[in-house]
Amino acid sequence: MGTATQLTSPAPMPAASTPGRFGVYGGRYVPETLMAALLELDHAYAAAQADEAFHMELNGLLKDYVGRPTPLYFAKRMTEILGGAKIYLKREDLLHTGAHKINNALGQALLARRMGKQRIIAETGAGQHGVATATVCALFGLECVVYMGEEDMRRQELNVFRMRLLGAEVRGVSSGSATLKDAINEAMRDWVTNVRSTFYILGSALGSHPYPTMVRDFHRVISKESKRQIMEHEGRLPDAIIACVGGGSNAIGAFYEYIPDRNVQLIGVEAGGRGTALGEHAARFQGGLPGVLQGTYSYVLQNDAGQVASTHSVSAGLDYASVGPEHAMLHDSGRATYTSATDDEALEATKTLSRTEGIIPALETAHAVAEAIKLAPKMGKDKIIMVNVSGRGDKDIGIMTREMDLSGAAAVSA
Amino acid sequence: MPIAFTTTPGLVIYLTAGDPDLATTRDMAIAAIDAGADVIELGVPFSDPLADGPVIQRASERAVARGTRLSDVLDCSLDIRRLRPNAGIILFSYLNPVVRMGLTEFCQAAKANGADGVLLTDMIVEEGVEYLAAMRENGLAPVFLAAPTSPDDRLKAIAENSQGFVYAISRVGITGTQSELATDAKTLVDRLRRFTTLPIALGFGVSTADHVREVGKFADAAVIGSAIVALIEKTPAADAPKAVGNFIRALRPGGAAR
Ligand SMILES: Cc1ncc(COP(=O)(O)O)c(C=O)c1O
Repeated sequence: MGTATQLTSPAPMPAASTPGRFGVYGGRYVPETLMAALLELDHAYAAAQADEAFHMELNGLLKDYVGRPTPLYFAKRMTEILGGAKIYLKREDLLHTGAHKINNALGQALLARRMGKQRIIAETGAGQHGVATATVCALFGLECVVYMGEEDMRRQELNVFRMRLLGAEVRGVSSGSATLKDAINEAMRDWVTNVRSTFYILGSALGSHPYPTMVRDFHRVISKESKRQIMEHEGRLPDAIIACVGGGSNAIGAFYEYIPDRNVQLIGVEAGGRGTALGEHAARFQGGLPGVLQGTYSYVLQNDAGQVASTHSVSAGLDYASVGPEHAMLHDSGRATYTSATDDEALEATKTLSRTEGIIPALETAHAVAEAIKLAPKMGKDKIIMVNVSGRGDKDIGIMTREMDLSGAAAVSA
Repeated sequence: MPIAFTTTPGLVIYLTAGDPDLATTRDMAIAAIDAGADVIELGVPFSDPLADGPVIQRASERAVARGTRLSDVLDCSLDIRRLRPNAGIILFSYLNPVVRMGLTEFCQAAKANGADGVLLTDMIVEEGVEYLAAMRENGLAPVFLAAPTSPDDRLKAIAENSQGFVYAISRVGITGTQSELATDAKTLVDRLRRFTTLPIALGFGVSTADHVREVGKFADAAVIGSAIVALIEKTPAADAPKAVGNFIRALRPGGAAR
């Protein structure tokens, strides 16, 4: 990065925990038209946070409608086959709609209702956040418009149908690479235009303050539960937690409660795609540089003139040029490490998890599983790895059908 | 040159640099100035122009695809400055290309290349401390956007931190042409006047001679963006400077003083 600017807050350098700033990252870099709405959201969120009734309603719905708590499951066969560390799976894939995304969509929808906003917009990559948003809009009777890149609509066709069935309007976006980044641009344009009536339910720990903090808070329940659960199973904390990182919402939720526990290694897995050249992957911490994209200062895959690069991943949910600002801070401080898994490794990991445990993961999740497969054999049998299973693979059956060769494949056995 | 509006209303003309190519951008800027433009807003094309409507999105996409870089836009600014020493030049960019170059390096280069000021679409006043310091050090005018949704305390901060002029956004929305000026527009300009004696330029959706006349009743200058960029899109490059000149002359019948 050399001489490039470090953008910091106007106030004296804030502590890492200051709302809106994660070290030097984060902030609010938006067109002025949105500022009033972001400030209104900030206030409404703070008020909701302080309101016991908000938490009661959220927790009640998380339990009875969404299906929390999710199990922490000991993957016995996979552990035996890999021959190293014990592997536990945090089963976010078992949530209603099939991924962690609904934790956040529900929280934000409750907030929108408190604020009296009747029109909801969202972006989606893999379609899971779109489905989660369409679901909570149906639940609360809110109008719902979801922006989705046309490339993603093609590869996640099933989720497009689900959103429409749930009563949402899905608007295809053809600009740029027609993936998640372009869908966010279009959602932000909608928000700028309809800001007075519309609530934007952003789907990952991205964007301008307060989104990265708010989205993280709604997913924090993952690590709150898992901490209690691993203590019940093992009487101690895990040695490593592994999660895939698109925008970073499932990972920050899975990591957050463990950040003070220095002996717990936090490992984020980005999309290694099909090569290391710019444009062939979405590993922001391997090829990215600090920059501003879509309202926040974080690592961005870009060329040396500051144009945002195109990305590639077999998984639509990881196929994004930037990453949540809190991960940028955790990366720079060394508290978390970020690795990547290639398309092929993710597809292979999908097979392994399916055949050893009877769990078909989403292709995003499969990146985290791939890292566990690499790491577990290098660790002693007394060690514990926790993998956040962010979603189930039903939405990806179309891609898997095209990308996988199952002919002659036999069951994996110990 | 300090930014000055010589007639009422003044004219600020936005061009996406590098669309159709940098030499034509330069020639169009010259033609615009000769037709009466007071200020040229030289737009740095960006891959993700999230505050822009389809017209400027397409222009940016074309310019980025041609490989137009911030450094090229700076060169273009210098060309215009040499040919027309008295015109106002504002560099108009999203933040990321500027961050990549480095705020200090950018401001030094902008000054050395004849720019008078800078407008960063996604830079709000609160985040602007380093930016404003670098601008001040290099004698450049920061221009901030004011929106109809901005409450009074924000308008005050925007006005106090802007120099040259304040850019008032005519409506709640992204850039693009429209048939009628929003009723929000006059209200915003009137609210801004309480906080500043700087000229106020009104933009977003200002597209026709009628709009310009209307803007002249309550603001100091009109910013024409998408309407010009749309004209450039449908005009062959060789004819574009002349077309831009004619378009601008027709915007302010009898008003082109130079
Ligand atoms: C199942 C699943 N996991 C992970 C992700 C990546 O998003 P994030 O990094 O915000 O968790 C997605 C996004 O669509 C997803 O659907």
